[in-house]
Amino acid sequence: MLEKLQMYLEYDFVRYALTVGVLSALCAALLGVSLVLKRYSMIGDGLSRVAFAATTVAMVLSVAPLYLSLPVTVLVAVLLLRNGNKKTAGDSAVALISVSSLALGYLILNLFASKSSNLSGDVCSILFGSTSILTLKKSDVRLCTVLAVAVILIFVFFYNRIFAVTFDGDFSTATGTKTSAYNMLLAVITAVVIVLAMNLVGALLISALIIFPALSSMRLFKSFKGVIISSAVISVVCALSGILIAIFADTPVGSTIVAADLAVFIICNIIGLMKKGKVS
Amino acid sequence: MAVVSFQNVSVGYDGKTVSEGLSFSVPDGAYLSIVGENGAGKSTTMKTLLGLLKPTGGKIVFGDGLKPNEIGYLPQQTQVQRDFPATVSEVVLSGCLNQLGFKPFYTKDQKETAKKWMDRLEICDLAKRSYKQLSGGQQQRVLLARALCATKKLIVLDEPVSGLDPVVTEKLYELICQINREDKITVVMVSHDLAAALRYSTHILQLSDKMLFYGTTDEYKESDVGRCFIGKAGEGDA
Repeated sequence: MLEKLQMYLEYDFVRYALTVGVLSALCAALLGVSLVLKRYSMIGDGLSRVAFAATTVAMVLSVAPLYLSLPVTVLVAVLLLRNGNKKTAGDSAVALISVSSLALGYLILNLFASKSSNLSGDVCSILFGSTSILTLKKSDVRLCTVLAVAVILIFVFFYNRIFAVTFDGDFSTATGTKTSAYNMLLAVITAVVIVLAMNLVGALLISALIIFPALSSMRLFKSFKGVIISSAVISVVCALSGILIAIFADTPVGSTIVAADLAVFIICNIIGLMKKGKVS
Repeated sequence: MAVVSFQNVSVGYDGKTVSEGLSFSVPDGAYLSIVGENGAGKSTTMKTLLGLLKPTGGKIVFGDGLKPNEIGYLPQQTQVQRDFPATVSEVVLSGCLNQLGFKPFYTKDQKETAKKWMDRLEICDLAKRSYKQLSGGQQQRVLLARALCATKKLIVLDEPVSGLDPVVTEKLYELICQINREDKITVVMVSHDLAAALRYSTHILQLSDKMLFYGTTDEYKESDVGRCFIGKAGEGDA
């Protein structure tokens, strides 16, 4: 088993997949805690559909998907969250953008993609990330790494502010914190993380990376710091084991990672319930 | 010396004015209660003072080197998320955010300020506890400690005792009163509880669509506006 692993690790594509996988899972988990607590998880879901549509356009124009999907997703995120905590970026608006993007993306591919290409294969790959993580080029890896490190640094630097703004926006505004600016910052890095994670699990499964580690950790820990650290660990472990299992067992990478996240979530729930039982 | 002065201020939101002609100065060390019927603009006035809303007219002047971001604020409890994973010390420390400047992390001084207020409000033993698992009265004391971390001069409280039982309510009023007298922190409180407002505060502001009364509590008890409102509130209680 270990020998086999060692052999795999000698391949560039495996190392690339692990690097990008771990980094994007880490970013998604860090941000996920704030998004879940701010009740923004559906916005992440909607943004991933926007990223899907942008990727299809990029494929038709045959430019590298990241260069188009990144700015478009950031723009939509900013527009959606421009009003901060107000309910205007409500359920229906997000759902509207979500389904329209999905429909338009598929339509565009059908209309404009060259007839010879494997249409359903392409769509499946964008939506479920089936193989794209294993076909990364060196330049992709470099860009992903830079973006991920930037997201992590921003998160660490603004950690205390993100806590305050997430916990009680009115209080932070009243005491002079530019709450709307931090909401905007959160929106922008959410968009970046979504585009990053699309490589890993595909557009349809990104929400899982954002939501599962946060919810699992909230069953176990009561401090914000504890929840953040635990989410990061859970997410990285699930991404690593998911990618490795996928390579060994020849299963789709994205679905395997999400399945691992789901398993951890169930385990954490059981532990949480047992803890509660002991207390009461 | 006035901590804050309203100069013919109108307050409102979404372009609508709720209350106008507010002119008063809060003296240093005062304990001001803002009273009035529902919809009289008490909370709107408070949010305008905090800078959460822009005044629709007039000017608010801060005295004595007080910056608008140095006001401690205790919001109504419903605004804070109840299922948020955070320990008591994390919540209290977040009150020091306005002293952070460009630094990413809290300094030793700020941690000591948080510790001092937790000591003062007798919540040190709760420091590692989960905020969401505390009782209503304990949660209010945590939020009060956070508000005090954010200021050296002025705290603004939005109906701090709503939803608390009588014993806990009394204890919280006592604490606020002590902080006002001993730590020389000016208190501005929006209150439904007229009896407590009369007992503890030094000044009263009564609002409706305009300013009905501003003055000391003794003056208020003698005024026509005051006597009328106290009478009404008394009937409501009976």
